Amino acid sequence: MRSKRETLQSVLLVLPSIIAIAVFVYGFIGWSIRVSLSAWKGLLPDYTWVGLSNYIQLLTADARFQVDIRNTIIFTLIFVIGSLLIGLALAIFLDQGLRGEGFFRSVYLFPMAISYIVTGVVWRWLMNPAMGSRLSGLNLLFQSLGLDFLINRWYTTPYWGIAAVAIPAIWQMSGYTMALYLAGLRGISDELREAARVDGASEVQIYRRIVLPLLSPVTLSAMIILGHMSLKVFDLIISVSGKQLPLDVPAIYMWQTTFDGYFYGRGAAIGILLLLSVAVLIIPYIIYTLRSEAKV
Amino acid sequence: MTTKHRARYWLYIPLVFMAIFYLIPMYVMLVTGFKGFEEVSLKTMWQLPTGLRLDNFREAFDKLAPSLWNSLNMVFPAAIISSILGSLNGYVLAKWKFRGADVIFPLILFGMFIPYQAIMIPLVEFMRTINLYGGLPGLVLAHVIYGIPITTLTFRNYYATIPTELLEASKIDGAGMMGIYWHILLPISIPAFVVVLIWQFTSAWNDFLFAVILTSPSNWPITVALNNMAGSQIIAWNVQMAGSFLAALPTLLVYVLLGRYFVRGLMAGALKG
Repeated sequence: MRSKRETLQSVLLVLPSIIAIAVFVYGFIGWSIRVSLSAWKGLLPDYTWVGLSNYIQLLTADARFQVDIRNTIIFTLIFVIGSLLIGLALAIFLDQGLRGEGFFRSVYLFPMAISYIVTGVVWRWLMNPAMGSRLSGLNLLFQSLGLDFLINRWYTTPYWGIAAVAIPAIWQMSGYTMALYLAGLRGISDELREAARVDGASEVQIYRRIVLPLLSPVTLSAMIILGHMSLKVFDLIISVSGKQLPLDVPAIYMWQTTFDGYFYGRGAAIGILLLLSVAVLIIPYIIYTLRSEAKV
Repeated sequence: MTTKHRARYWLYIPLVFMAIFYLIPMYVMLVTGFKGFEEVSLKTMWQLPTGLRLDNFREAFDKLAPSLWNSLNMVFPAAIISSILGSLNGYVLAKWKFRGADVIFPLILFGMFIPYQAIMIPLVEFMRTINLYGGLPGLVLAHVIYGIPITTLTFRNYYATIPTELLEASKIDGAGMMGIYWHILLPISIPAFVVVLIWQFTSAWNDFLFAVILTSPSNWPITVALNNMAGSQIIAWNVQMAGSFLAALPTLLVYVLLGRYFVRGLMAGALKG
């Protein structure tokens, strides 16, 4: 049915892309692994083999990397849970067939069109930590609304500053989560809910017993997508706080130690550790998605 | 269906409240941007301007114009080339699966999720070797190559919905593989092209990481220039706000005008077709 020539043609057509991905993704990952196992420190490449010592150093003796891991965990928890809850709530509200649904949906989603840099620059001023007579941004708004108890030092709060950076991240991504949930909700048949109503189930029961369980695949996808994003978070933190150490994360550490400090071996090791953490989430996700697609 | 249409007006309270939350940064950017220099103060940042002045936008534009121009020069080739490659790949992977295609596709897909820190050192070294380090062509190349996974995915899912019988019929009429692509698939690919082009335009415009490691200051695109401006102590916050708005404007316009396609691109990013 298909000639040899056509098979050859089809392979040739995708070959440039396959080569590009093979080199720029897999080849470069291999190259990075090699750098991470080397003593390269300074401007000139140095591939002296040092085994896993860069990794061991990072994971056992590097105080900055410990801060990074802690920050990533706090940021991820707040960002993922916040986005899921807000996204789910908005999707359920919007699914009630209210007038103006399209308008609200557009408003909730527009931050997705904006760069993390713009988001960060604007939120930096909104979350201005100045106190007393120099109060401004959201703190000033809180004061004028009589909500003084909400006034806080945002991203400069000792120890919990990273949690404040999760707010603009939620601002940016919760609309996306809403869109995913809304698509999921639209996939649940009205008959199912109607049948439950006929059986005397209350609206709350319908959501708890029928809708939410049916949405769990969406929740899982959203968790994986958001989770892998938060492991990679970089631009947003840079633009909110510059390179302040209390808000450091692995992606920033890698960039700084490599290109400002010339610790190439260490930088590569951080990059590979990041890759491993993302791969643990993403590889099963890709396999699962393609398998369930094949079944349909 | 009846309950769905029964108005539940209290629902508007959380909806409006959240709409305000999403619009606050936009409000502050615009309100600050339109104030005259003399009425700008952190104390009055929430108040409306007394008139429409363009001082802040003018000042921000003067500072950011070169990098806006760099961004414009970079995003179009980046978006167009990666879309074309994605379309060809999608065609083959949806309709001309060769042996091994089922292994290659997930391997390509993985490329869109990797943290770029894991390939950053080789990428910079490579760009230095081929003399593309520091300039816009190198940045375009990076966007094109790392854009291949998402563009391939979107086109593959789109072409998968097109009945194979349609292609078989034209094969009987003597059309070859490229003939089918050119005469049958390409003309009906416009919606997919719009989705992918918008997506690539937005992500290249909004990218910071590749730009900051691959370009030198004279070639900085807008994100790097804006971040740099925000980091300097000399430039007033009101100019930063106006600059942020200028940086956001092109992708916002795309969103407002072509939002439907933008959302479809978003959904493709979650791997769902």
